[in-house]
Amino acid sequence: MIGLDDATVRFGSRTIIDDLSFSVRVGRTLAILGPNGRGKTTTLKAMLGFQRLDAGRRVAPEIVGYVPQTGASNQQRHRALDIAVMGRAAHLGLFGQPRASDFEIARSALERTGAARFANHFFDRLSGGERQLVLLARAIATGSQVLVLDEPAAALDLHNQERLLRLLNILREPRNKAIVFTTHDPNHALTAADEALLMMPDGQPLHGPVSEMITPQNLDRLYGVPMRVVELAGPDGCTHHAVLPAFAGIRAA
Amino acid sequence: MAVVVQEQDARSVRIALARQTLVFGLLLLLFITAFIVSLCVGRFSVPAGRALELVWIGITDPARELTNIDERIVLLVRAPRVVLAALAGAGLAVSGAALQGVFRNPLVSPDILGISQGAAFGGALGIMLGIWGLPLIAMVFVFGLTALILVGLLSRINGRTETVTVILSGLVISSMFSAVVSLLQFIADPNTSLPAIVYWLMGSFATSTWQRTLIAAPGLIFGSLILWMLRFRLNILSLDEAEARSLGANTTRERWLVFGMIAIIVGSQVAVSGIIGWVGIVIPHAARLLVGHDHRALLPASVVLGAGFMVIIDTLARTATAAEIPLGVITALVGAPIFAVLLRNHYRERSAA
Repeated sequence: MIGLDDATVRFGSRTIIDDLSFSVRVGRTLAILGPNGRGKTTTLKAMLGFQRLDAGRRVAPEIVGYVPQTGASNQQRHRALDIAVMGRAAHLGLFGQPRASDFEIARSALERTGAARFANHFFDRLSGGERQLVLLARAIATGSQVLVLDEPAAALDLHNQERLLRLLNILREPRNKAIVFTTHDPNHALTAADEALLMMPDGQPLHGPVSEMITPQNLDRLYGVPMRVVELAGPDGCTHHAVLPAFAGIRAA
Repeated sequence: MAVVVQEQDARSVRIALARQTLVFGLLLLLFITAFIVSLCVGRFSVPAGRALELVWIGITDPARELTNIDERIVLLVRAPRVVLAALAGAGLAVSGAALQGVFRNPLVSPDILGISQGAAFGGALGIMLGIWGLPLIAMVFVFGLTALILVGLLSRINGRTETVTVILSGLVISSMFSAVVSLLQFIADPNTSLPAIVYWLMGSFATSTWQRTLIAAPGLIFGSLILWMLRFRLNILSLDEAEARSLGANTTRERWLVFGMIAIIVGSQVAVSGIIGWVGIVIPHAARLLVGHDHRALLPASVVLGAGFMVIIDTLARTATAAEIPLGVITALVGAPIFAVLLRNHYRERSAA
């Protein structure tokens, strides 16, 4: 389980998050939604323990599998497998060295994210999407029950977004992890999350199941843009929902 | 298809492993050759076979009375000097590699961070006060660490440490300590302590004896050993701050552990052989080009290459001319141009990426 309990963060006189409480159980996926500058990243940092809280506390296991934003990880000339095995660091201690069993765990994590085929390639030679898979594998290799992804879709093209969402659903399927990711696209929440946390403009975030949270009314207020939810027929005949912005008031649907 | 990829993969891994083994083999060969050559050459040259025989005698029968001139030169004059040079080179190189890792910047080194200058101040003060031996080493160590702590405090702005501020803070602290060292030289007794301070500041292994080698060895070996044991952790610490912490590293505390070890190494080295710049930055870079960025390979490669490099430089220093050239002069002459090239390449790569 991971979450915040009455957490408040201030930068000088600005209150970024105010008395925020929420938690994500193991087996559930939470999408944190909102436009830029509403404290998505601050909330994430607070959950991870990187952001000092002015009040309240964080609830989290000792090690959280963390996937930084693509491009945030510095360009280390390491092989993908050596990056993934770094996930074992907490189990190895200060002077520990990764053993064959740790490399085995790292390798299977790479297989899980579909990064096994470039396990021996250098990290700085990989594309942005490939690097993300390696960093996700490292987070899985920590063995933590919690995965936190910072804007995983931000730098990805449509094809790679599709692949990422598929992967998030594969990781969600066994229902043995609590997964949290931030995004500004409500469609990502519809596709890969059970719950949504909306960073509303009045500073009072809404938290609930995706089906109750992703409504035109909430999204209008969230983004300050008229939003439409449309129904689409999927390839297998069932209906899917998709969210579209109606920019400049133009009726999109 | 997948099988082909896997086979190609396995082949490339085997090639990488073979290359690594070859590189380490060649580095060791370089070091051993340098070591033996250094025992042989000088004013009184000794054939390699005889030198090895003498080393063997020295190891198997250390209590033996040394009567012959070649025995005394090789075992009492050259051997302690070569061993000390090798240990110092290895220690400085591994310090540089570790420091560049934790600062996530390939352009820092122990002498850029003011450790050497701080240590030099401690040493100069010690010589003036007539202190020698272990208390001198303690003083050198304490001031080296003080300089590092000052740099750490100065460069920490709003709880964050930027690389540029670290390097500039190092510059500030370095200048302050070297100003005080100049002041000490100014007031030192020109007949007794001044020559000792000046000669010592230029860096030299000329005064090496087994006793001095044994004074410096524990610190050099202990510090290097601890850094080597931290090799996987250094991979973690060289990541972005948030990533390193999310992987379970207590970054602040572990970084200071690394700094402490570096202060022990540099303190021990400066105490017996003065300031030797550039080794800590040039050698890790060369090692990185040879074995890559993974500290598990980088640290051992730096140790062997640093030891070999220092032995070669020291041999040049005492044989190139009739009089001995101060070591710091040669390392700067070799190191500064290499550093200049690295600096340009580093930023060219950055702006290209």
